[in-house]
Formats: sequence, structure tokens, C-alpha cells
Amino acid sequence: MSDSHARTMPGERKALRFHLTEEHHPENGTLLGFWLYLMSDCLIFACLFAVYGVLGRNYAGGPTGAEIFELPVVALNTSLLLLSSITYGFAVLEMQRDKLRPMLVWLGITGLLGAGFIFLELQEFAHLIAEGAGPQRSAFLSSFFTLVATHGLHVTFGIIWLITLMVQVGKKGLIPENKRRLMCLSMFWHFLDVVWIGVFSFVYLMGVLP
Amino acid sequence: MSAHAEHAHEHAHGHDDGVSHSTFKGYMTGFVLAVILTAIPFWLVMTHAFDKSSTTAIVVLAFAAVQMVVHMIYFLHMNAKSEGGWNMLALIFTLVLVVITLAGSIWVMFHLNQNMMPGMMDMKNLP
Repeated sequence: MSDSHARTMPGERKALRFHLTEEHHPENGTLLGFWLYLMSDCLIFACLFAVYGVLGRNYAGGPTGAEIFELPVVALNTSLLLLSSITYGFAVLEMQRDKLRPMLVWLGITGLLGAGFIFLELQEFAHLIAEGAGPQRSAFLSSFFTLVATHGLHVTFGIIWLITLMVQVGKKGLIPENKRRLMCLSMFWHFLDVVWIGVFSFVYLMGVLP
Repeated sequence: MSAHAEHAHEHAHGHDDGVSHSTFKGYMTGFVLAVILTAIPFWLVMTHAFDKSSTTAIVVLAFAAVQMVVHMIYFLHMNAKSEGGWNMLALIFTLVLVVITLAGSIWVMFHLNQNMMPGMMDMKNLP
């Protein structure tokens, strides 16, 4: 946009202007701002991944990843989160068609899949802690719990946000403000799925390798 | 304002709520690709397809990277044009920081570990 003034036609004899006469602002600043938040969140996860990358093999004589990770459970967890991503996508499609009821149904399914993910993860954590493989056991387990639980905490807050939005949409309908909020949560939800790709590849799949 | 910029501006105003180009086809393409790109690494690790761990690790990481790109394109609708390119700029900046953080930490700490072997902690070498 800034170069548009420099490209004045040679025939035009206009005084140089260095400001825009019309209001210029991004179409929807909220979405860009939310994207910037997600990028900063990405840096938090990068730090936690780096910590895990450094400490992930320091077992302190305790259990190793190959001993404690149950890949079938992780695969189930991954499918739940991936399915919740696509159901949120369907909710967005219904939102674009202004169909309130189907959208709420898809959002509800998304929330249930997310809750299932959290349930399985908490079960895994409880199982590990009961076995004496809690976060205090070794550097590996400390970094593992920090990284995976931070992701789980994000998903938990995503579910709370989802329920809040369902109530809001139910009360006010699909007004532009609610659509904007739904798009923000959509980015948040898909972003968490992207982080989970990193978690299941870097932590679980690589963790069980000998 | 040049004709091109004006056109772009009008185009941007076409979407009243900033919501655009989400299609059923796009989501399904992304989903199918994601399922394939998830299933293969799980299969590789669970069936011990490769003898060497390092080969498996590299392949798993490569699949993860491709799947992240798929999610970015089909689910997060990333492209170079959304929000006037600021989305992409922020993403590239973040990726640079992520790569520096990850590669830097692992590299530095790996070398520290190598150089902190018990044999090198000889008392006579200390001041």
C-alpha cells in the first residue's frame, strides 16, 4: 500500500502526499492479533520442546520412554484430536452458511472429542504417577510432564472457550462478533493440533526408539 | 492509489467478516493427508520397519514437518496473501526463532555433555 503514492502517473501533477486520505486499517485486526498471540505461544512450546530435546534421555536410572509410553493409547489420542480438528472445520463451514443448529452440533462433537483427549491424557498421567514415574523421578519425566501437560492445559482452556462460545452463540446467534470469535477459536484449536504433531512425533514416537 | 492496490482493497472488503475460502473439499483434503501422514510414522515405529533408530527418527521428523505444513495450509488457511502478508511474515519470524531455539539448545547442550565426561574432571586440571 505504501508504494502506491510513489507510483503516481507521470502526467498527473499532484502534490506529494505522505499520508492516506482514507482510513487504512487491516480488514480484521483481531484475527491478525490472535495469530500473533499464537506465534508467541509457539515460542513457549519451542522452549519446552528444546528442554525436552536436551533432557529427554536423562533417565537418572528411572524408566525410559520405551518402558512407559503406550503407543496404541497415543495413537487413539492423536486420532481424537485430529477428528476434533475436522469437526471444528465442519462447524466453520456451517457457520459460513449461517446454519446455527448444525454448527452447534459440530461444536459439541468437537468439545466431546477434546474432552476424550484430555481424559485419556489424564489417565496416562495418573497411571505414570501411580507407577512412581511422576515428574519428580527424572529430568526426562520432568520435561515430559511439563511439555505434554502444557499442551493438555491449552486444550482444556480451548474446551472451556468452546463451551463459552456455544452459550454465546446460542444466546446472540451468528452475529459478526461471534463469527470472529469462532474464527479465533478455530485458529487456536488447529494450532493445538499442529503442536500435538510435534508432541507425538518428537516425544512419543522418537521416545520409544532404542 | 494505483489501480492494482485499489483492486486489492476492494477484494479485501468483499469478505465482511474476515472469514473466507473454507471449503468442504479443502478440509477433507487436509484431513485425509493428515491421517496418512500420521498413520505412516506410527506404523513405522510400531512395526520396527527400520533397523536403525536414527533412520526412523529422521523419517518420523520429516513426516511431522510435512504434516505441519498440511495443517497450516488446509486447516489454518495460511497463504502469503492473508492479512496483507503479515500472517506469513509473523510465521516466518517465529519459525526462525523456533529453529534457533531448538537446534541451538540441542547442539550446545550435546557438546556440553560430551565435554563433561568424568575423565576430564581431573583435579589437577583445575586452578
